[in-house]
Amino acid sequence: MQLSLWTYEGPPHIGAMRIATAMQGVHYVLHAPQGDTYADLLFTMIERRDVRPPVTYTTFQARDLGGDTATLFKTSVADAYERFKPEAMLVGASCTAELIQDDPGGLALALNLPIPVVPLELPAYQRKENYGASETFYRLVRACVKTDQPAVKASKPSCNILGPTALGFRHRDDIVEIKRLLEKLGVTVNVVAPADARPSDLARIPQAHFNIVLYPEVALTTAAWLERQFGQKYVNITPIGVNATRDFISAVAALAGIDAANFLRAETSRLVWYSRSIDSTYLTAKPVFIFGDASHAIALARVAAEELGYQVVGLGTYSREFAREVRAAAKIYNLEALITDDYLDVEAAIKAANPALVLGTQMERHIAKRLGIPCAVISAPIHVQDFPARYSPFMGFEGANVLFDTLTHPMMMGLEEHLLGMFREDFEFHGDAAASHLGAAQTPAPATVIAETFTLAWDAEAERELRKIPFFVRGKAKRNTEAYATQQGVALIKLETLYDAKAYYSQ
Amino acid sequence: MNELSPLAASATIGCSDAPVLRERGQREVFCGLTGIVWLHRRIQDAFFLVVGSRTCAHLLQSAAGVMIFAEPRFATAIIDERDLAGLADANDELDRVVSKLIERRPEIKLLFLVGSCPSEVIKLDLSRAALRLTRRFAGEQRADLKVLSYSGSGIETTFTEGEDACLASLLPYLPATNDTAPSLLVVGTVAEIVEDQFRRIFSALGIDNVAFLPPRRAAEMPAVGPNTQFLLAQPFLANTVSALEQRGASRIAAPFPLGVEGARAWFEAAAKNFGIAKARCAEILEPLASRARDSLARHRVTLAGRRIFFFPDSQLEIPIARFLARELGMTLQEVGTPFLHREIMGEELALLPAGTFLSEGQDVERQLDRCRETAPDMVVCGMGLANPLEAEGYTTKWSIELVFTPVQGFDQAADLAELFARPLRRRALLKV
Repeated sequence: MQLSLWTYEGPPHIGAMRIATAMQGVHYVLHAPQGDTYADLLFTMIERRDVRPPVTYTTFQARDLGGDTATLFKTSVADAYERFKPEAMLVGASCTAELIQDDPGGLALALNLPIPVVPLELPAYQRKENYGASETFYRLVRACVKTDQPAVKASKPSCNILGPTALGFRHRDDIVEIKRLLEKLGVTVNVVAPADARPSDLARIPQAHFNIVLYPEVALTTAAWLERQFGQKYVNITPIGVNATRDFISAVAALAGIDAANFLRAETSRLVWYSRSIDSTYLTAKPVFIFGDASHAIALARVAAEELGYQVVGLGTYSREFAREVRAAAKIYNLEALITDDYLDVEAAIKAANPALVLGTQMERHIAKRLGIPCAVISAPIHVQDFPARYSPFMGFEGANVLFDTLTHPMMMGLEEHLLGMFREDFEFHGDAAASHLGAAQTPAPATVIAETFTLAWDAEAERELRKIPFFVRGKAKRNTEAYATQQGVALIKLETLYDAKAYYSQ
Repeated sequence: MNELSPLAASATIGCSDAPVLRERGQREVFCGLTGIVWLHRRIQDAFFLVVGSRTCAHLLQSAAGVMIFAEPRFATAIIDERDLAGLADANDELDRVVSKLIERRPEIKLLFLVGSCPSEVIKLDLSRAALRLTRRFAGEQRADLKVLSYSGSGIETTFTEGEDACLASLLPYLPATNDTAPSLLVVGTVAEIVEDQFRRIFSALGIDNVAFLPPRRAAEMPAVGPNTQFLLAQPFLANTVSALEQRGASRIAAPFPLGVEGARAWFEAAAKNFGIAKARCAEILEPLASRARDSLARHRVTLAGRRIFFFPDSQLEIPIARFLARELGMTLQEVGTPFLHREIMGEELALLPAGTFLSEGQDVERQLDRCRETAPDMVVCGMGLANPLEAEGYTTKWSIELVFTPVQGFDQAADLAELFARPLRRRALLKV
């Protein structure tokens, strides 16, 4: 058993729901106990969808367990087909139904429905949501694509965009942005899937010249199979940030046989100038901690380091499937990647790294709030405020504009930071107050954070001096001083020790 | 599915013998685990450890929304493959997780092991685990820490029934009393402000020996004995009622304290049982009722004559429908409830307009068909249905809010009406 106060991913059948709900003409019959319909709320409330997810739940109860739950399941499949007339059907079990072993696949196939019926084997006690989405998409594509006839390719270079789902972080606007890019580049988009695709669209996937894996957590398995099966090459560069978008364009152009040199000269993002303008100077080497799904964490680390000039002091993911890629990325910043799905580990790592900014999920937002550190959300899991009404992609050149705003807004603004360094006893704008442009945000409690984490003895004067340092760099000063004192064998930290350490670390 | 027998409505009041459509099929409801979302705030030194799957953790997280980061007093021990391999191992694992938890939260006085669908299906005996852990902690100088268990699984409980299971599990641990003086116990979670109002009113009536279940702290568990009389503040407490009766306590039959009429009848029932004179009772309650009635007038303008359809959710549907029909003039299209306890609901059924279409259980697709056929002015439903129905042009009131808002008593009658009036006012207001 694993003690969990917070789970970064739901169970795998949620991933399957994300595929079914993203698509048109697909229905999912889920063998599940009463109550598992809570998952509908993820789509109707968090994502604010205006239709029910295309999911029929058997919602068995205790009294059904003594009877024939298999018949209940078969009836549910037959009724769902009659009522919704889908083009394809997914059938599977939730964690509880997995225990009673009714074999949804076999039961559904026995009904001989005149549509593809795709049984899902999603081990709920081993795997999680993104695996469920990836596996479901893969099975569905395999069921809809005909492998026994050669695909007719279009004359113009064309591609499929694979990966966007329901409940995906900014998927809605990322697709718009990437489609616009491809169109300008002269590449036709053949199929976008699973989002808004029908099973009949999936059948047309082989007609494209190549694939774009927009979200590897969902679509990499499928793209790899398509390559094996049809020789379709794929681009697996997450186009988040200016440089990654440029690399993405070059890779797409190479597969499409297009010269992208002029296009790359003409297209850019405001981020490039905003980041170079002098009021961004104060952002230089701001320590940032990054955690999320693998593709967003890796992409954001590059944006933070190369495009905003931050210093990446922590990088991690909960996507165990992509641990290798995240470890490789962490090496670039001389870091050891944090691979965990336990938020307490993440909290401890953030505390230890003492960043000036945390980029993470909904959960890191809460950790950062508790520690009084500015934070921006860059990855699922997310809550309702991260399904905004306004256009807000993360990908492409407009995405980079969104990123510049997102990654700088939570920080204390430059002039305020200077004034805090000079005048620390203002009744209103003091070192422990939150950034004033964020309104009446609650004052973080760095004093208490510091108090509970003193590892060495400080004399009163040194402690007072430490408190004069603005809170967003105070933690680092404290750590450096203690490290220096330990190294020098100083038992009690005095004022001198603080300044000796300061001098030592600025060498 | 049973067919409805046609009912010859002779009287205009009363559904005591009314037929009820009993449906089975897909149910769009929460499981009992959801009760933790409010119970962990009600009992301040209790902690709720769900023994379940990632789905259970995910549900709590989704239902608790943004509260989870405040280091909530609930968590999930997620069962994994190794636990499924053998039962003995699962018990060791549970002990390990509980130790880790108690280390992290030493201030906990009451730990609930909450059963879920997976733990019930694999027959993990949480009641034995609770006994074992209580004994172990007693040996470790933590005699102040009690471990209890109940099931909040979806296969056994629907939404608010989770609170019923939780309170019923407390019953064997409530201190016994042989007091000859009668005491009053109010059963069911109410908002703190409502509890305070109720205490004041009981006190004015001359009933001072009043306790509430659940209490605000583990140490404040009320005593129960043969002279304990209890009033239900909530309708979903069938098992708690049985457990209280087994301890010798007796239930004061009353409608629920929703709306002016309900609140008044509720207090009157208590007063009558405690031998308080009718005149005294009227003197105390009439000003409160009168003030509350006045505050309903504004909402009556919005709600009178509107047709309302209830999907099943919390068992609060019947009393609320009674309030909306009788005090605000709404027309009841269908009143669905997940479970109808005839005895507990007796006084309520007697007050419902005759001929009200009652349904128990659910086949959500058929019920949606019925709802669309009758085209009501307002649909009371869960959040899985609300936005899709809004998109079809219906005005909805999401039902979970009724459990998370102070709605009981005289001074909340208008707030309860406002919850229903607001979506209709909003629809009239929006010009986009």
